Amino acid sequence: MGNLLEIKNLSIEYVTDERTNKAVNNLNLKIREGETLGFVGETGAGKTTTALGIMRLVPSPPGRIVSGEIIFEGENLLEKTEKEMREIRGNKISMIFQDPMTSLNPIMTVGEQIEEVIKLHEDLPKDELRKRAEAMLETVGIRKERFDDYPHEFSGGMKQRVVIAMGLACNPKLIIADEPTTALDVTIQAQVLELMKELKVKFNTSMLLITHDLGVVAETCDYVAIMYAGSVLEYGNVERIYNNPLHPYTVGLFNSIPSLDEDKDKLDVIPGTPPDPANLPTGCKFHPRCSKCMEICKQKMPEPIEVEEGHYVSCFLYDKDVKEGR
Amino acid sequence: MAEANAIAKGKKENKSNSQLMGVWIRLKKNRLAIFGLVILILLILMAIFADILAPYGYDEQNLQNTFQTPNLEHPFGTDEFGRDILSRIIYGSRISLQVGIIAVGIAVIIGGFLGAVAGYFSGKVDNIIMRCMDVLLSIPQMLLAISIVAALGNSLANLMIAVGVSSIPQYARIVRASVISIKNQEFVESAKATGSNDLRIIFKHVIPNCLAPVIVQATLGIGLAILTAAGLSFIGLGIKPPTPEWGAMLSGGRMYIRDYPHLTLFPGIAIVVTIFAFNVLGDGLRDALDPKLKQ
Repeated sequence: MGNLLEIKNLSIEYVTDERTNKAVNNLNLKIREGETLGFVGETGAGKTTTALGIMRLVPSPPGRIVSGEIIFEGENLLEKTEKEMREIRGNKISMIFQDPMTSLNPIMTVGEQIEEVIKLHEDLPKDELRKRAEAMLETVGIRKERFDDYPHEFSGGMKQRVVIAMGLACNPKLIIADEPTTALDVTIQAQVLELMKELKVKFNTSMLLITHDLGVVAETCDYVAIMYAGSVLEYGNVERIYNNPLHPYTVGLFNSIPSLDEDKDKLDVIPGTPPDPANLPTGCKFHPRCSKCMEICKQKMPEPIEVEEGHYVSCFLYDKDVKEGR
Repeated sequence: MAEANAIAKGKKENKSNSQLMGVWIRLKKNRLAIFGLVILILLILMAIFADILAPYGYDEQNLQNTFQTPNLEHPFGTDEFGRDILSRIIYGSRISLQVGIIAVGIAVIIGGFLGAVAGYFSGKVDNIIMRCMDVLLSIPQMLLAISIVAALGNSLANLMIAVGVSSIPQYARIVRASVISIKNQEFVESAKATGSNDLRIIFKHVIPNCLAPVIVQATLGIGLAILTAAGLSFIGLGIKPPTPEWGAMLSGGRMYIRDYPHLTLFPGIAIVVTIFAFNVLGDGLRDALDPKLKQ
């Protein structure tokens, strides 16, 4: 399978008069065709900014893509004109937003909103358009009689289904789902995730799933990228990472998940807080909070090392040269 | 099956108007607003059927019957040329409503578009447009209208343009303010993510969502526009005689106000009632459209 999307050395900043927030720093990532990549990190790690960067929708000003390449189907998205990008958005790459309550236009019926997406990218006669939109509604499990209802007449989970229908309406190659289940309760979460998994296979799309829920990742993703302070610390196959987390940060994340078998009064936490993006630490961004911090971590940013096949980690602990004291 | 169809159809009609219905239900509770609405409907009917309703023509002179006080033949009396004042007021409603609605229409369309563009793009575009609006705002509306009519010459069309142009900034400001609050909502971002271009987003997503305050302001504005037009006619910059315009009738009767006050009284009442109706309806609409008052 070829790479559908490859991000190389992407850096994005938010520049204001007083400060420069480095939201994404030298990020590298790839998604293969038909694959789901989980994108995990704490709040403020730059997950959403990366997603907006792929769509070229980083609000500017103050946002700015400083450097890097985003290769999608062999072409660099950062070199596209705005017009070319508009043709890609919604058609080849679509995005599902976090809060279904606010991501639908309150005064358009849900049917019209799905039609709108199709209309933007395909030239269809009116009745055909309606048929397509109705079919989309049925695909996400909403009766087509509800075509003419307004968003406020739907529950949260139903609205998210509508949003998913909008995202899939043009049969995109890649869906970016930005915390699609955060605003929903647990049972609805499970339904929506199940639906997304199903549709992903049905439409043969790739998915970038942004979340901070490691359970969701285990459930839905093939690969996972752990993000911290704007860069990827660990990347690999879900099973490998879950069975054998290597980076101290990943280990910390897994330790902070409550376990059903153990009786604990306090959860293990990673000490400290995520760094201020305007004032990032030198060397490895995680070193001030790392229990295994070494002298070199404070000076140099570690390069990704392939520990097993397809399992990369950016940490000097696994660097043979450092280990052997060279 | 037929029954199910009927139910589905009824449901559909009900749904597609559900928001309007909500507004209407809330508006209905406000008696004063409904009173205003009734007066307006009567006025509009009066304007449409003026030819049938008016007992005399608006320029039908009868020099033997000048300055008659109200009587059975002429309920509102006659003026200095013996023209029936009731008929002139009925015909005058055409002009006044026309001026009010078209002038506000001009202002809403131009002002609304400028405001939407300014609010949506912000930054430099916003600055340029809004500073131009500030320049217009710095001149009193009446004075601006007077200078526009004076420059273009007096005619009905120019009167509408003058009144319309001088109230553009108000609408631009209102629309800009609501656009700024709406453009940051997620559904606008979501529209961008589906590949809509800016104009489409403005017209399809942003403007329809900020219509409520504009409707209110426009309703209130029509009253004001009629008043401004009457004012312009009063000082002789409005419509040329013998076209019956309420303001012009006031101005014409001014000279005889001591001896024959009915010449000014009735057109004055017509103006007052019309503006009152627009104002209470506008106030009622504002309350009905305010989502915070929803129960």
